[in-house]
Amino acid sequence: MIDVAAVKRDFPILSQRVRANRELIYLDSAATSQKPESVINAVSRFYQNTNAAIHRGAHALAEAATVEFESAREKIAHFIGAQSHEICFTKNATESINAVTYMFLNETIKAQRGIQVENPHFALQAGDEIVLTQMEHHANLVPWQELALKTGAELRFIPLNTEGRLDLSDLESIINNKTRVVSFVHQSNFLGTINPVNSIINRAKQVGALTLLDACQSVPHLTMNVKSIDVDFAVFSGHKMLGPLGVGVLYLKDPNSAPVFLTGGSMIEKVTLEKSTYAQAPQRFEAGTQAAAEVIGLAAAVDYLEQIGMEVIHRHELALTKLALEGLMQIPQVNIIGPTDLQERGGIISFTLADLHPHDVGQVLDEQGIAVRVGHHCAWPICTYFNVPATTRASFYLYNDEHDVEMLVSGVTRTLDYFGVS
Amino acid sequence: MSIDNLYQEIILEHYRHPQGKGISLENGVEVHHVNPSCGDEITLRAAIMDEKVGVSYDNTGCSISQASASMMWELVHGKPATEVLALEAEFLALMQSKGQGTDEDESLSDAIAFVGVSQFPARVKCALLPWMALKDALLQNLRSNNE
Ligand SMILES: Cc1ncc(COP(=O)(O)O)c(C=O)c1O
Repeated sequence: MIDVAAVKRDFPILSQRVRANRELIYLDSAATSQKPESVINAVSRFYQNTNAAIHRGAHALAEAATVEFESAREKIAHFIGAQSHEICFTKNATESINAVTYMFLNETIKAQRGIQVENPHFALQAGDEIVLTQMEHHANLVPWQELALKTGAELRFIPLNTEGRLDLSDLESIINNKTRVVSFVHQSNFLGTINPVNSIINRAKQVGALTLLDACQSVPHLTMNVKSIDVDFAVFSGHKMLGPLGVGVLYLKDPNSAPVFLTGGSMIEKVTLEKSTYAQAPQRFEAGTQAAAEVIGLAAAVDYLEQIGMEVIHRHELALTKLALEGLMQIPQVNIIGPTDLQERGGIISFTLADLHPHDVGQVLDEQGIAVRVGHHCAWPICTYFNVPATTRASFYLYNDEHDVEMLVSGVTRTLDYFGVS
Repeated sequence: MSIDNLYQEIILEHYRHPQGKGISLENGVEVHHVNPSCGDEITLRAAIMDEKVGVSYDNTGCSISQASASMMWELVHGKPATEVLALEAEFLALMQSKGQGTDEDESLSDAIAFVGVSQFPARVKCALLPWMALKDALLQNLRSNNE
């Protein structure tokens, strides 16, 4: 059980009043989460006491900053069951996914020029296949489209079904001997669906394909262990898990055999005018001065989450989801887009309301202090599949409670009244 | 600032009963504009015949973008191109007025109701979408007429 009243007090922003002096009902954590005081303080403490460029310089501050940064890395790595050197920091999950696609592109170009590549796994040829799903966030779609365009590889998709889950019936043919990489979302940010990670990864392994898990909506909400799912890459964003904006994570199972993507200062071993060799992981992936305060803030967020417990958080969100689904489904004009049961799903609910446009729904909810997301949620192909222009999305986190859900449900009814829909 | 400023009765009226909706014009320049943040879309066809602007359009989107298209159509269909472009500039100024209105907004007749929308930054681009499409199509028309 989460003592939500106590949790809410840890998040200064949640006591704010919005619009016409309404209490703020924040149901948009899938876009970005709010930050507890402990995270805000960790960031400001770093700037007040420790600020220096990490891994550079031997003075007291530089040393202290480096130690804090590296112990933050260790904490964040352990949180997902990884070792320190297996994670590197980026600016967000989008950058992490792009980084992996550039590993492929760079090695492909080198191979085409006859340059020996460190890891032939990453060198693509025309006709090679990249497998994604029909429910990907644009962050896990557009970079692969670009890669396919530049390399001649082809994209294939595991399709959706009308329930908002993946249809795995053709998995054996979609993931086949031509498949070089399979990249997919763990929990959909649009539908709330949690995908069958093991079935997909096992099939990818049978054909020797690399795997990437977009864990943006799972690491913040579930117990996650990258070793037990045995994935090659996993990505997530700190800002969706109570951490600061501006820091993302890329987990690499075999970091020292993965090609570098950003090059420059701090990632080198030895440099001459003609050529350079590169540091071991994780430094080899962290070119330039790092966002140390943000990383340290993210470690404080991990502390906060661990203190409550990821199992507890997941159960709490499922209880709210159950309540919300029951309440919303009693309103005949509501159409849930995504699973309507609690099996393999998390605390994200997308819906349409009569033929009202979600922008209008969101506006009337906002008037009542209820913050939801409206639009295509950066997963336009899902809208196309369900033939809706957009949806309204509510997403829950550890600081939400039953009252927030009741406000949402009554807010939806009020929206119908406002526009005179019966 | 209440949403009643945003959803003024005349706006809801146009949303429920859009004027001029449906592509009826047979020729002219066709443009397609989208609002990538919310997925609103408009396909608009415009032609200049005997100095007068003919417009037809089809769209999907929120009440604000639909009502804006409907009022725009009423306002501009059959007017001279220079006047239409002046109305477009006036509407843009209104939408940038942050609820203040402008000195010459009477020329916009019913569309003055959109002054309320200009207080909601996230909705300004909904109201502007049809006007941006119209401007694009008109300028393309004028360019091809000059060639
Ligand atoms: C499933 C999923 N993937 C990727 C992203 C991209 O995350 P970011 O915008 O932090 O890079 C998001 C969040 O918007 C997401 O929900």
